[in-house]
Amino acid sequence: MAREDEKADAMEIDGQHQQVANTAVPDGFNADYLRIYYGKLFPHVDFFKWLSYGNDGKHPGCDQSYVGRREFSFTLENDIYVRFQSFDSVAEMENSIKEKCPFKIDIGPVYSVDPAKRHAYAQSGNNVFVPVERELIFDIDISDYDDVRYCCSGADVCMECWPLMTIAIKILDASLRDDFGFNHILWVYSGRRGVHCWVCDSRARKLNNEQRAAIADYFRVYKGGENTMKKVSLTGAVLHPFLARSYTDVLKGFFEDKLLLSQQLFASEERYQKILDLIPDENVASELHDKWQGNRRSSISKEDVNATRWEQLKSTLQSGKHKGLRRCIEEIVFSYTYPRLDMEVSKHMNHLLKAPFCIHPKTGRVCVPIDPNNCDDFDPTTVPTLSQVFQGIVSATIAESLQGGIRKLIQCQAPAVQEYLDLVKFTQLPADLTNLVPHEKLLLHETNH
Amino acid sequence: MEIVRSHRQIAAEAAAGVGCGGGAGGLPTYRVAPQLEVRLEEFELFAIDRLRVLKGIADGLSRGKRPEEMEKLVKELWKAHMRHQDPTETLNKDIISHFVLRLVYCRTEELRKWFLSMETTLFRYRFRLESPESQRMLMSEFQLPYKALPHSEFEAVKDKLSQVARTIGQSAAVESVFFKVPFEEVPDLVASRRVFLSKGYAYVAMSQVVSLVVTQFRCNISKALVLTNRKWTATIKEQEKDRLTPIVEALSNAYFGPDYSQPKDAVEISLKDIDQLAKTSFPLCMRHMLEKLRENHHLKHGGRMQFGLFLKGAGLKLEDALAFWRAEFSQKVGSERFDKEYAYSIRHNYGKEGKRTDYTPYSCQKIISATPGVGDHHGCPYRHFGEDNLRAALNKMGISGHPLEEIMDKVKNRHYQLACTMTFEAEHGVSCDTGINHPNQYFSESQKVLKAKNQAVQSQGTT
Ligand code: SF4
Ligand SMILES: [Zn+2]
Repeated sequence: MAREDEKADAMEIDGQHQQVANTAVPDGFNADYLRIYYGKLFPHVDFFKWLSYGNDGKHPGCDQSYVGRREFSFTLENDIYVRFQSFDSVAEMENSIKEKCPFKIDIGPVYSVDPAKRHAYAQSGNNVFVPVERELIFDIDISDYDDVRYCCSGADVCMECWPLMTIAIKILDASLRDDFGFNHILWVYSGRRGVHCWVCDSRARKLNNEQRAAIADYFRVYKGGENTMKKVSLTGAVLHPFLARSYTDVLKGFFEDKLLLSQQLFASEERYQKILDLIPDENVASELHDKWQGNRRSSISKEDVNATRWEQLKSTLQSGKHKGLRRCIEEIVFSYTYPRLDMEVSKHMNHLLKAPFCIHPKTGRVCVPIDPNNCDDFDPTTVPTLSQVFQGIVSATIAESLQGGIRKLIQCQAPAVQEYLDLVKFTQLPADLTNLVPHEKLLLHETNH
Repeated sequence: MEIVRSHRQIAAEAAAGVGCGGGAGGLPTYRVAPQLEVRLEEFELFAIDRLRVLKGIADGLSRGKRPEEMEKLVKELWKAHMRHQDPTETLNKDIISHFVLRLVYCRTEELRKWFLSMETTLFRYRFRLESPESQRMLMSEFQLPYKALPHSEFEAVKDKLSQVARTIGQSAAVESVFFKVPFEEVPDLVASRRVFLSKGYAYVAMSQVVSLVVTQFRCNISKALVLTNRKWTATIKEQEKDRLTPIVEALSNAYFGPDYSQPKDAVEISLKDIDQLAKTSFPLCMRHMLEKLRENHHLKHGGRMQFGLFLKGAGLKLEDALAFWRAEFSQKVGSERFDKEYAYSIRHNYGKEGKRTDYTPYSCQKIISATPGVGDHHGCPYRHFGEDNLRAALNKMGISGHPLEEIMDKVKNRHYQLACTMTFEAEHGVSCDTGINHPNQYFSESQKVLKAKNQAVQSQGTT
C-alpha cells in the first residue's frame, strides 16, 4: 500500500517537471538535471558496494541480509519525506532512486530487521527493531563558528573562513587514526557549509551509543553553551597528549599565520575586546585594552596590527608577573580554532546523515569526498554544481576525488572484492553530457516512459 | 508472619544464565540469585532502603559532585541505610534489595536506564573503597583477561603516560602497573581524556582499573534487566498479581513521583498563552529557551527536546506545538524546511512517529547533567550559565538584593535545584517545601499558587 502511495507521489513530480523544460543550463540546482545525474552519473554500484561491506553474497561467511537492513531515507520534491527505505540489491536501489529522484538521500543505521518491515515486528513488542550497526559519523558546520569569523555568517562560506574546516579535518583525522586506530575514514563536503566524516571500520560500526559518546567527548573542548563567556577551559598542569599534539602541530600555526590576519582578530576594539574577555585577570585585560586604545592612531608601523597585538598579549601573559595565565594563550587559540562538532550526530547510532554524492538542494553542489591528505587544496567554491557537471567543467582533481574516496573504502573493507571498480565514468562523462544537454527534453521523455 | 517462598524462585529466574559468583570482600557482583528466604515486609523495606541510597546518589550526581565527594557521599549513604552490625546481614540485605529493585526497575527503558546508572555508580564507589586485595579478587571474578603491560612496552610510552597523569593532577611519577585494553572497554576514561590512547588501545593505570570492572558490571546488569523484564511480563506479573506485583508497582511510583509525561486532564495550555505563562510560571531554564527561540527563531536539537517536551508536559497539544515551532522556525529556515526537517521530531516527541513511545519531559537531574555545546541554549541556567549571565537573568525576573545573593550562594555550592527552589519562593512569595526537581513541577506548583491567589482576590471582590 505504502509503496503505491509513494509511486503516486513520484509520478506527480514527473508531471510537474515536464512543464518546466529549460533549454539553457541554469545555475545551481535543477530537478531535471538531477534526474539525469541519477540516471547517468551517480555511482550506484560502488555506492551500494560500499554499504555492503563485502556482504554481497559472493563470499563465504558473509551476511546476505546485511545491506537489506540498512535504512535509507529520501527527501522528495515538495518536501515529502520518506523514511525507512531498504534495498536488497543494487538494481533495486538504483531503480528506486531513478524513479523517485530524491532531492536528498540520507543514510541511517543497519537495523536488526529490515526497516521496511519494521511494523510486522513491532507487534511482538520485544523491541526487536533496533539499530545494530552504524558508521561512526561526525558533522561539522561552519555556521557554528560565527563568533570567530567576520567574513561570513550563517551558511555562507568563503576561502577566508573555510580553512577552519580544513584544520578540523586534520585534527580529527589524525586522532581517529593514531589514537583510535581507525583506518577507513571518508571525508565528504556537505555541499554547502561544512564537512561530514564517515568512519567505516567494522570496529567503528559496532560501537554502542555510550562508546560513541565517549569518542565525541574525547574530542570536545567546548563547554558551557552560549551563556558562558569563556567556552574553553583547559585544566591540569599540562595538556593531554592529543590536545598538545593538536596545538603544536596544527592550531598554533594556523591561528598565528592565517586566522589572525584573515579574520583581522585584533583590528578593532570590538574584536580584541572579545579576546581580552577570555583573560581571567581583569587588570591584565584592561591594561592591554588601554594600551591598544591609546595607540589607535599611531599604528602606521609596517608591522601588522594583529600580529603586533597578539605578540604583546602573549608576552604579557607569559611574563612571570602573572601566575597561572600562561594556559590562557592556549585557551584563546583553542577557542578560535579547535573543531566544533555537532555532538548529537555522533552520539547516537540512529542519526541520519546525508549520503556522499548527493546534490545539495540549495547550492546544487555535488557532495564530493575530500582527501584528508590534501585537504588544504580543497576549495568549496570550486566544487562543481549540477549544471557545471553537465557543461563538462569538472576539474581533474575533483573528478579524482569523486572516484578516489569510495573506491579506497571498498578496497580496504572487503579485500576479497578485487574486481576493477568502474568509476572512470565519472571522469569521462562530462564530455558525453555536453552533447546530451540540448536533447534534454527528449531524454526526459524517454526516462519517463 | 508470612514467608515469601516464591521469592527465591523469582530471583533465581531473574538471574538465570548470568553465571555464578559470590562476592569478594563485602561487595557482591549480583551474578547469582540469593538462596534466601525473605519476609514480605523485608522485601519491601530492604528495597526502600536501597532506593534511599540510589536516590541520594542521583541527587549527588545532579549537583555535579566531584568523584572524591561522591565517594564520601556513597560511604555515608551506605552506612545510614544499609549497614548492619552483622556483616552477613548486611550482605543479605544488599543482595535481596538489589534483586527486588531489579524487578521494580526492569519494566521500561526509562526505569532500566535510571537503575542501571545508579547501581553502576554505587558499585563504582564501593569498589574504590575496597582493599587492593579484594579489588584484585573482583577483577578475577569478572574474568578480565588483561595482563599488565610488559616492561619494554611500558618504557616506550612512559612519557605519554606521565603527561596524562599530570593532566589529571597526579604527580609525574608514573604508576608502574598498566593494562593495555581496547578503548571501547573504558568509555568513561576516554570521554574525560584520563587515559593515553594509541592505535585503538587505552593505557589504564592500576588505580583506574575500576573503570574496566564497572564496564563489565554494567554490561552484566544491563543484560540481566532485559531478561528480568521478559520474565516479568511473561510470568511473574500475573503469578504474583495479588502479592508482589502491587508492591513492585508501588515502589517505582513511590520514588519517581508524579509522571509528567501526560498532562493532568484538566490542564491544557494554548498557543496564545505561552508568553504570559512563561512570565509567571516557567522556570528559568524554559524562560531562557523561549526567549532565545523568539530572538533567533531557532533552537538546536538539545533545546528542542528539553523545551518541546516541557511544553508537552505543561499541556500543549500536538497541533499547537507544531504551529508554535513552525511560527518561529519558518522565519529562519522557511516553512518548507521546517516541515521537512523539524516537524518529524516534534511529532516524534508526541509519540506520533517512529517508535511511537511517548517521550517523558526531562527532570532537573537530567537537564543539569546535560553538556550544552556551541550555540546551545538548553541545560540548567544555575549550572550552565556564567555568574554574570545568571545574575542578569535573575535580575530580569525581578530578583535582586538579599534573595539574589542567597541564590548565588547556593549556586556556588552547586545546589542548583535549591537555587531554583529559592527563585520560585522569591518569585511567588510562598515557600516550596518539596523542592524543585522537575521543570513541569515548577510550572504546575506555580499555577496552583497563582490560582489560589486569584480566587482569594475574587472572593474578596464579591464579599
Ligand atoms: S533547577 Fe530544574 S527547573 Fe530549575 S532551572 Fe534548573 S532545570 Fe530548570
Ligand atoms: Zn568567510
